[in-house]
Amino acid sequence: MNEKPLVEKSLIEKSLAELSRSLKAGEVSSVELTQTYLDRINTLGSDLNAFITVCPDIALEQAKAADEAIAAGNTTPLTGIPLAHKDLFCTQGIKTSCGSRMLDNFIAPYESTVTANFKAAGAVNLGKLNMDEFAMGGANENSYYGPVKNPWNHDMIPGGSSGGSAAAVAARLAAGTTGTDTGGSIRQPASMCGITGIKPTYGRVSRWGMVAFASSLDQAGPMARTAEDAAMMLNVMAGFDPKDSTCMDRAVPDYTATLNEPLKGLRIGLPKEYFAEGLDNKVEQVVRDAIKEYEKLGATVKEISLPRTHHSVAAYYVIAPAEASANLSRFDGARFGHRCEDPKDLEDMYKRSRAEGFGREVKNRILVGAYALSAGYYDAYYAKAQKLRRMIRDDFMSAFNEVDVIMGPTAPTPAFPIGDKTDDPVAMYLGDIFTISVNLAGLPAMSVPAGMVDGLPVGLQIIAPHFEEARLLNAGHQYQQVTDWHLAVPTGIDAGMKG
Amino acid sequence: MAIDRSNSLEPEMPAPEKIDSQGISAKQVQSVAHLARLSISEDEVRQTTEKLTAIMGLIDEMQAVNTDGIEPLANPLDAVQRLRADEVTETNNREQLMTNAPAKEDGLFLVPKVID
Repeated sequence: MNEKPLVEKSLIEKSLAELSRSLKAGEVSSVELTQTYLDRINTLGSDLNAFITVCPDIALEQAKAADEAIAAGNTTPLTGIPLAHKDLFCTQGIKTSCGSRMLDNFIAPYESTVTANFKAAGAVNLGKLNMDEFAMGGANENSYYGPVKNPWNHDMIPGGSSGGSAAAVAARLAAGTTGTDTGGSIRQPASMCGITGIKPTYGRVSRWGMVAFASSLDQAGPMARTAEDAAMMLNVMAGFDPKDSTCMDRAVPDYTATLNEPLKGLRIGLPKEYFAEGLDNKVEQVVRDAIKEYEKLGATVKEISLPRTHHSVAAYYVIAPAEASANLSRFDGARFGHRCEDPKDLEDMYKRSRAEGFGREVKNRILVGAYALSAGYYDAYYAKAQKLRRMIRDDFMSAFNEVDVIMGPTAPTPAFPIGDKTDDPVAMYLGDIFTISVNLAGLPAMSVPAGMVDGLPVGLQIIAPHFEEARLLNAGHQYQQVTDWHLAVPTGIDAGMKG
Repeated sequence: MAIDRSNSLEPEMPAPEKIDSQGISAKQVQSVAHLARLSISEDEVRQTTEKLTAIMGLIDEMQAVNTDGIEPLANPLDAVQRLRADEVTETNNREQLMTNAPAKEDGLFLVPKVID
């Protein structure tokens, strides 16, 4: 790992951190690097259906500006780095579809804070990534633009909802990508595509300009090859934004500064509920082997309990749809988005525009949410779920009195075949069991590549107390110094790795 | 969604009987679809009723947890909504915002006739 490579790494093999150094050293220009990724997006990217919109002109223009900035010595660590963004971040002048027919014609009139921060840092925007419609799904099958394929096996799902973001990093179509995570949508696809993804603490990253799904749960985060890359991206993403009323006004540490802290004495909690029924045996083995690596690094392990894990799925599938039904009421066909042909009156316009604009899963969730919020049901569903949410959050807080981080599987299984669970929403929802409670509790968590099962990647999930993203990134980085799962490349992806 | 004044008579949602795993009826699906302003065909009602019954079955599992005396949690950090001074901060970008309008005239959004 730390040995010097015998052969110079190609551009595509380099991590974001390595590319950053190469750009500064003048070994490669941003234009050259950007063009390399654009070429790969045109070929591999369209096989995988990872992108909804590619922006070659904008990207090359930004790359040119970055090269000028580098020549002038006016740089940040991300100057000239080609990134791509989940298609729910509003990008001014570029289509922002959210994977929906509803927004197929929507050109964002303003820029999200996250993408604005990357712009200000001099990063290049290659384009917008495919996703489950309105971020609702765990398989990336709910996109109006069709499913994304897993780069490790094209018959398999990449996970969701940030499936395009995960596939793009795994297939080396961008140096890093952004995702969002409402119930696991960064971590689960990161696990299934063999990349590193972090969901920050609720309120750590601004939600301004993100198309809202469930406002009390949504968080944006980086998806990248390594923990170090994710730290570099989070440095740009995190921070207070007065435009998001739930964004927290707290200092942002330099997440790269603590990557090399030793892990000796780190106390790891293993929730017994995360190693229970429903967990694939081979996935369990991968996770247990990863934890042994942490013990070798000096960490100690103890069993803990998060007794409400099972019920977190029920609480989530009330709270998220309830908030979604309210958020998605803005799509009414009046001011932007899809409008039906020849509406006969206002109600007809609302009803048909929404029925035509939204896909099946989105409509189901709106209906569940509207049902749970309707008169006579509110206390039994929404209020009940919020009480359960407090119990789930408090279970984590008690656990963190005894341990520094919690570890377990990210998802109960590796990627499954496209179409396998499409008609069974309950089976699909249960796949979120290990990720969902983290969102309810507002905690930061990451998925790190930890092994392979039947040729498909499996991630280790690490959960930390509120605002302890640095601890997660440190733990991920140290693990990546002694393992090489994060360096594994899908077959066929290496074609054209000459860079 | 904008307030729809053309139809002030909301059909009553059938009253909740008992919250258990009885599922959701086709009639309830139709009323919720109306509340959510989603047109839904007869065929879709049947399929949706089946799916929603399965989903509500999963959700109803939480009724088994005793939550007596627990306060609902709206923000995981127990943070309260931050207020700002009541000052105009937005600039006028009417033209830009109207570029996505499905129909417009004289700087206004066009919708079907609301009042006869």
